[in-house]
Amino acid sequence: MRFMHYSEEEGCKVGANLLNNYGEAVAMVLFVIGFGNLMLQSNLIKKIIGLNIMDTAVYLFLAEKGYITGRAAPIVADGVQSAEAYINPVPSGLVLTGIVVSVSVSALMLSLTIRLYQRYHTLDLDEISLQLKKEGL
Amino acid sequence: MSRMKSEEEYRKTKAFHFFRWLSGEKDPYIGNLEMRPQKEYMRAEDSILDRMRESQMVMDKVYDTRHNRWLLLFRRFYRIMAVIFCIMLAGLLLFTVSYLPPTGNASNPDNNEVASRYIESGMQETGAVNIVTGMILTYRAFDTFGETNVLFIATCCVMIMLMVEDAELKKQEVMNDRRFEPKNDAILQGTAMVLVPVIFIFGIYIILNGHLSPGGGFSGGATIGAGMILYASAFSFKDTQRFFDEKVYKIAKISALCVYGLIGIYYYVTGANGIENHIPLGIPGHIVSAGIIFPINICVGLEVACTMYAFYALFRRGGL
Repeated sequence: MRFMHYSEEEGCKVGANLLNNYGEAVAMVLFVIGFGNLMLQSNLIKKIIGLNIMDTAVYLFLAEKGYITGRAAPIVADGVQSAEAYINPVPSGLVLTGIVVSVSVSALMLSLTIRLYQRYHTLDLDEISLQLKKEGL
Repeated sequence: MSRMKSEEEYRKTKAFHFFRWLSGEKDPYIGNLEMRPQKEYMRAEDSILDRMRESQMVMDKVYDTRHNRWLLLFRRFYRIMAVIFCIMLAGLLLFTVSYLPPTGNASNPDNNEVASRYIESGMQETGAVNIVTGMILTYRAFDTFGETNVLFIATCCVMIMLMVEDAELKKQEVMNDRRFEPKNDAILQGTAMVLVPVIFIFGIYIILNGHLSPGGGFSGGATIGAGMILYASAFSFKDTQRFFDEKVYKIAKISALCVYGLIGIYYYVTGANGIENHIPLGIPGHIVSAGIIFPINICVGLEVACTMYAFYALFRRGGL
């Protein structure tokens, strides 16, 4: 059971891996930057940009999770097929899924924004909700 | 004894109602469902100006932060609370990251027997040299089929929202579009003439070598879509329509999705019932090998290329 072998005496003391996991830490900071954009900006396009930054943070986190130091990308070279030669291929596949969904969601949100702009002639969410209230919807 | 139904009997069947609804004779919603029509969409310039002036007046009144102390207070409170919440969230996430196992350690719990199984027997079972492609298009083919469907549905939704049907409006959109762009830019056209064939060939190369090298249907399709976007923006949509109009788009997109679905069904049915699979895997490393991965990659590439170009065309002029 190789996968159950993870333990504390191999140099991974709980709570002390922040500097070692700097890639994941950067991903978290990026995620929060995107989330702050979502909350603080009232422009719809900037909100969408914030959501895309959050997506990117998730890809970075997944890529960091799949990486193993000193190993090659999972493309079989010279017939070597041992699990000790390549990094984990599963997170790479998950990143692909994430990218496709993010593209679709961005396109959908942008088209909704275009429709809102055509109707209300503004991208500001406060003004749009104000006009909505005025129309009694 | 004829099997023909009499007129009155036919009127009672569901088929009669269905075809009547299909031909538009009767709309079942009218009279049965309360419908509130949207306010008419105004296009005239002065109405827009009117509206802007009115909105400015309301804005001045409502967001008069000099007199409305409560609003000013609320805005400051909201901003400060949002920043505090973000900082707290960042702290919480970083705290969690510090508890995660170290990056790059081979004995991390996520490097379990699933990943090693994919690496150790992936090439024998799928025939693909690229383990990631082998994984997403055979072991996880159902998931990738879902992704392709997500792309398909996203384009459908964008089409519903942005497609311009009216011929007069469409002409207007094209005129608007040209107003902001230099017509027949020599530098852009010269560059596009050299680059577009290279981009197309590179995209096809990525798709066809998806099981041998980095790449596959998604990245190759995006490359081809980028080439088409470059062509459309350097020349005009009329030039693109010579080889890619709405009809070609529909045929390519729907047939790609259907072929992928049929290959998937064949694979799942034979696999689930223990029937022998007759798609040969070929010799790993050859261009025509890896069984179902090769055709699926082509289908996904077509789908993604169509989607990318359709997004661009719909956003720019409301039609393909």
